[in-house]
Amino acid sequence: MGSREAILAALKKNQPALQPLPDISIASSNSGDLKAKFIQTLTSIGGKVIEVSEPDEIASHISKEFNSSARIVNTVEDLHPKFEAFNPKSDSHDFKNVTLAILKGVFGVAENGAIWITDSNMGDQALPYICEHLALIIKSDSILDKLRDAYDKIGNADYRLGTFLAGPSKTADIEQSLVLGAHGPKSLLVFLINQK
Amino acid sequence: MNTNKTHSELAEQFNRDTKRVDWHDETLWFVRVKRDRAANQIPEWEQLREAASQIKNNVLSNLHDYLLEFERQALLNGIHVHWATDAKEHNEIVHSIIQQHGINHIVKSKSMLTEECGLNEYLHDQGIEVIDTDLGERIVQLANEPPSHIVLPCIHWKKEEISELFHQHLGTPKGNADPKFLTDAARAHLREHFLTSRLAITGVNFAIAETGEFVVCTNEGNADLGVQLADVHIACMGIEKIIPQRKHLGVFLRLLARSATGQPITTYSSHFKKPRAGQEMHIVLVDNGRSKRLASDDFRNALKCIRCGACFNTCPVYRRSGGHSYHTAVAGPIGSILAPGFDMEKNADLPFASTLCGSCSHVCPVKIDIHQQLFNWRQVLVKNGHVNTTKKIGIGAASFILSRPWLYKISGSLVRLFMRAVPSLINNRLNPWYTHREMPKAAPKSFNSWYQTNRKNG
Repeated sequence: MGSREAILAALKKNQPALQPLPDISIASSNSGDLKAKFIQTLTSIGGKVIEVSEPDEIASHISKEFNSSARIVNTVEDLHPKFEAFNPKSDSHDFKNVTLAILKGVFGVAENGAIWITDSNMGDQALPYICEHLALIIKSDSILDKLRDAYDKIGNADYRLGTFLAGPSKTADIEQSLVLGAHGPKSLLVFLINQK
Repeated sequence: MNTNKTHSELAEQFNRDTKRVDWHDETLWFVRVKRDRAANQIPEWEQLREAASQIKNNVLSNLHDYLLEFERQALLNGIHVHWATDAKEHNEIVHSIIQQHGINHIVKSKSMLTEECGLNEYLHDQGIEVIDTDLGERIVQLANEPPSHIVLPCIHWKKEEISELFHQHLGTPKGNADPKFLTDAARAHLREHFLTSRLAITGVNFAIAETGEFVVCTNEGNADLGVQLADVHIACMGIEKIIPQRKHLGVFLRLLARSATGQPITTYSSHFKKPRAGQEMHIVLVDNGRSKRLASDDFRNALKCIRCGACFNTCPVYRRSGGHSYHTAVAGPIGSILAPGFDMEKNADLPFASTLCGSCSHVCPVKIDIHQQLFNWRQVLVKNGHVNTTKKIGIGAASFILSRPWLYKISGSLVRLFMRAVPSLINNRLNPWYTHREMPKAAPKSFNSWYQTNRKNG
């Protein structure tokens, strides 16, 4: 008998009588103004939020914040041709010197400041992690209240990689001192597009 | 960890430096306070714990079917699925995948399962260089130590010591102990390894039966960077990490980081569903005693653990004895109920490394009855003869006296008499309870006789 069969046989023999799955539609308090809550939470975990009303404002903000020698890789069509367009033929390792990557997020979550993104918005799957700084763009009316609402929205969506990204990469492994920029981005810039 | 010393002997070593013990204690309590603050912001916190607990109860009662469903979905997603009955088989599977690709240098993010299996030592003996990429884990790896905490691996290290360690191994200037400077140095050092490693190992926080995907949570982004720059991803998980459906993450991910560090969520909660074009993705499902434990009504619940570490941070014994005193991969209260299941004799001391205060059970996000299980283990250990002679004699004498009321009455007055007349008979080094403690003053008479008198008067 192989290991797979041995493990399965042992489980069948040893697992207790079937316990029911609980109802997880737990009532929760309403957070009120979701945008305000999202901004407050994301700021508290080290992210920076900028509200804009059109894509042009994003480009001008980025141009102000990063100097011309910075390598800025952009995967967002609305911002072409202001920055280096993502080249799908690149090898992941080619992005090692990227100063800023610009990606579109799918939606934000107010209770934890996280933004959901999937591989289809990443260009290269290494890009959101290898860049020195990361900019994510979401619509402010995409913000959901709780993580439960997020999974209702995701439903049975298909993806290779989906991730909740909440703030810059960080560590507190040295004496609980918080340091932003452990291995991934040292800063996270979130552009909230307000609908006109 | 290779040591023949018991928890109390190792804790005694740790306690020689009282200032350091205070610092360790306070640092962990600070994390516990952050957890409380985060939990208190969620009015439905207790309902979430109850839901998480019930989902895990369901998982443990249906693990057979969930694993088959997970396997079926994962295979459809293009993931290779492996099954390992024990640590040895797990290590061999991982090694064989590494060998097939002719690789001798790999990066690994945090995985308590690989610690449990001793994967690093095994691969080292096979000539494979394993680089732990979580900052805390890299620090203890450079120091040739195991982690002392499942979430905060080098919580027992002071920044000045890390500075010296980095000076020796990474060539940083002597004396610079600024955490930001040291983190930057580690970032540059590990970036090289990320860029040159073709294979990455990660742990698994949750695996979803319904979709065949698995979730890995980190704050540093080290798991993601390793995986996305490597051709091969091996994810190693204990079989109890399965959850039924994707939507259940909406319960667990609300609890995990808040319980662990007081954060609303970890920076990265990555859902790995399918490999990239040209990438190979493997998952190793490991039993290593779990299916056996499933049969036990008393000890099954320990398999619900989501490895948040909240029970460590709150435990008065852990905070004052340090993770290495537990001489196992998983320390703290949860480690003390897991370890005797692996090796009862070797870990017989751990269920006694507790005051049974119950704080661990109160903070556990999946409601494991940790203190009850510690108590249950003590009974099993005594029955199986795994306690030392002093304890055995003590328990034997107590049981002899307590089961004979006439003897109890006499011995009570004898003890009071001796404690008053010759206190050194009890306050001496032969009495382990006397170490670090003053014995109480003997009462003038027994409660029984006090009650007899006062009832008549009242």
